[in-house]
Amino acid sequence: MSETTLTVPTMAELMVQGKQPEVLFWVGSAGSYDDRAKKITKAFVKILNKVGVSFAVLGTEESCTGDAAKRAGNEFLFQMQAVTNIEILNAYEIKKIVTACPHSFNTLKNEYPSLGGVYEVYHHTEFLHQLIKDGRLKIASNTYKGKRITFHDPCYLGRANEVYEAPRHLLKELNVELVEMKRNKRSALCCGAGGAQMFKEPEKGDMDVNVLRTEDALKTKANIIATGCPYCNTMMTDGVKFKEKEDEVAVMDVAELIANTQEL
Amino acid sequence: MEYLPNIGFVIILILGIGYFAKNVKKLIRNIKLGQDVDVSDNKSQRWKNMVMVALGQSKMVRRPIAGILHIVVYIGFIIINIEVLEIIIDGIFGTHRIGLSVLPTSVYGFLIGAFEILAVLVFVSVTLFWIRRNIIRLQRFWKSEMTSWPKNDGNNILYFEMVLMTLFLVMNATDIHFQSINSGNLISQFISPWFGDSESLLHSIERGAWWLHIIGILIFLNYLYFSKHLHILLAFPNTYYASVKPKGTLNNLEAVTKEVMLMMDPNADPFAAPAEGETEEEPAKFGASDVHDLNRVQLLNAYTCTECGRCTSACPANLTGKKLSPRKIMMDTRDRLEEVGKNIDANNGEFKDDGKQLLNDYITPEEIWACTTCNACVEECPVSINPLSIIVEMRRYLVMEQSAAPTELNNMMTNIENNGAPWPYSQMDRLNWKNE
Repeated sequence: MSETTLTVPTMAELMVQGKQPEVLFWVGSAGSYDDRAKKITKAFVKILNKVGVSFAVLGTEESCTGDAAKRAGNEFLFQMQAVTNIEILNAYEIKKIVTACPHSFNTLKNEYPSLGGVYEVYHHTEFLHQLIKDGRLKIASNTYKGKRITFHDPCYLGRANEVYEAPRHLLKELNVELVEMKRNKRSALCCGAGGAQMFKEPEKGDMDVNVLRTEDALKTKANIIATGCPYCNTMMTDGVKFKEKEDEVAVMDVAELIANTQEL
Repeated sequence: MEYLPNIGFVIILILGIGYFAKNVKKLIRNIKLGQDVDVSDNKSQRWKNMVMVALGQSKMVRRPIAGILHIVVYIGFIIINIEVLEIIIDGIFGTHRIGLSVLPTSVYGFLIGAFEILAVLVFVSVTLFWIRRNIIRLQRFWKSEMTSWPKNDGNNILYFEMVLMTLFLVMNATDIHFQSINSGNLISQFISPWFGDSESLLHSIERGAWWLHIIGILIFLNYLYFSKHLHILLAFPNTYYASVKPKGTLNNLEAVTKEVMLMMDPNADPFAAPAEGETEEEPAKFGASDVHDLNRVQLLNAYTCTECGRCTSACPANLTGKKLSPRKIMMDTRDRLEEVGKNIDANNGEFKDDGKQLLNDYITPEEIWACTTCNACVEECPVSINPLSIIVEMRRYLVMEQSAAPTELNNMMTNIENNGAPWPYSQMDRLNWKNE
C-alpha cells in the first residue's frame, strides 16, 4: 500500500462547517488501538476516500460499545457505555452507521434501539457491496487472480445477523477461487474470541478454539484466509502462526483485499 | 359380567389420562416458577416458526440421515395414532373394528394398509436410531452427561416404539375377520401364517396384542413427563415462544436501565426518599443463580430438550475439550427445576430452602466462562432452545451480584470504565491511527 494521506473528518469538525455526512464510520476499540486492526481501519478509509463517500468518525468522542462487558455479564457497564454513546450519536443526529467490527455492528444494530439509539447499521462488507452495486466502486484488477481464498464467517456477522453473502460477493469480485471450509456460514466454527474470551485465557481443555478453526481453514489449501472482524483476524493470525504456516497463508480483512486491488 | 372388559378399559383409560393430566399440571406449575416474560409480539412470525420448525421439522433435516429417519418416525407415529381412536371406541363400547362398520371396506383397508406400511418404516427407522446410538456410538450420544438415566431413557423410547409397532402388526395379523376381508393387510398377511390356524389361539393372541397395545400407549404417554421425549408435545409451544429477534440480540435488563437512567439524569437526587404513596420496591436480583431467576421460556426450553446433543457437537468450547456442554446446561436446568418442584410438593406448596441452587450445585462457573457466545448451539437446536441465554444470565449473576468475574475480565471492564476501551489506552488517542 502506498502511503497516501487519509482524509478522516470528525463529526465535531463537520458540525462546525454545518455539514452532515452520508454515513458515520464507527471505528470501534480494536480498530482504533490494535495495531493489526488499525490497518483494516485505514484500508477501509482509503476505499471511502477513493470512492468519495462523505463520512465522518466520532474520534475522541467514540467510546467502547460495551459488547464485551455485556457478554461478560456486566450489564451495568454495558448500559452506561450504550447510553453515553447514544447521547452523542443522537446529538449529532446520526442516521446511518458503518463499522468494520461485527461486535460493534451487532450491538449498535440490535441492542442500542431499546435504549433510545435507533440507526441504520451496516457492516463494512455490506457497505462495500452496496458501493459496487451502485457502480461507485469498481474492481478491475488482477491482484489476486487465481489465488485460493477461504472466508471465515465471524459469529456476530453470520449466525448473529445472518449476513453471509455480502463478504462472499466482494471476494468473487476479486477474480479469486473462493473455497469454503467444511464448517461454513451458519455452521461456521467460532474463532474463539467472542463473548469476552478475547480478553482472558481459555478454560482448561485439549486445544485452543482458534487452532481448531485454523485447521479448518488450512484444510482448504487456501493462500489467504479472509475475514471481516478484527478479533477473528487476531485469532486466525495466531492460529496460522501456531501451525507455522505464516509464510504460506495470509490472514486478511475483506476491506484490505479490496483496498489492495485499488492500489491504495 | 359381559361388560367387564368395557369397564376395565374405561378405568385404565381414565387412570392413564388422569395421571398424565396431573403431571402436565405440575409441569405448567414448575414452568410458572420462572419470571414472566412478554412474548405477545410478532404473533404471525411465531406461528410461522412453529409450523416450519416444529410441524415442518425444517431444522431436523439439516442433518439429513437423522432428519429423514426422524420424519418417518414422526409421521408414522402421528398417523398410526389415528388407529388409537378406533381402539378407544372399540374398548369403551365393546365393538370390534368400528371403522369397518362406518367406513367402506376399501377406505378402511386403505387406512390400515397405510398404517401397516408406516409401522414397518417406523420399526426400521427406530432400529437404525438404536444402531447409531449403541453400535456406531455417535459421539454426541456418549458425552459425559449422557450416562445413567439420560442414556437409558434414549434407548427405552426406542424399545417402546419397537414393541408398540410390533403389537400393532401382530394384532392385525391374528385378527381372523380382518385377514378374511383381505383389505389393508399389506404387511400383516405375511406375518399371519406364523401364528398357525387355531382359531382360539389366534383370538387370544389378537386380544392380548390389542390390550397390550393400548396399555403400552398409555404407559408411553405417562412416561413422557419423566423423559426427554416430552419434546413431542413441547416442541410446539417452544418454537412458538422462541426469540424472533436476530440471534445476536441479548436482552437489555430493564432493572439496570432504570438505575443507569437515574445515574445519568443530572436532576435526579440519589438520596431522595420515595414519593408519598410510593412503596420502595425490593431491589431486583441481577442475573440468575437458580431456576426461579430464569424466565418461563428458558424453563420451557429445559423441559423441551430431547438431549440430541446437536448443540454440544457444534460448541467450540466442547469441541476443544472444555467442560461446557450446552446440552448439559439444559439438562441441569430441568433436573434442578424438577428438584424444586418435588420440594414444593413435599412442603405443601411452599418451596423450602434446600441450600442448593442451579449455579455451583449443578452448573459450575468454569462451564459458564468457557462460552464464546457464538450462537452455534442456538443455531443447531432443532426445536429452537437457547442455552446461551441461560449462560449469560448466570454470568450476569456472577459479575453483578458476586463480583466473581475472572481477573482478566475485571481488568478489561476496568479499562472500559476508565478509558472507554477494553485496553488501557487513553480515549484521547482514539484517532491516532489516522496519522500513523
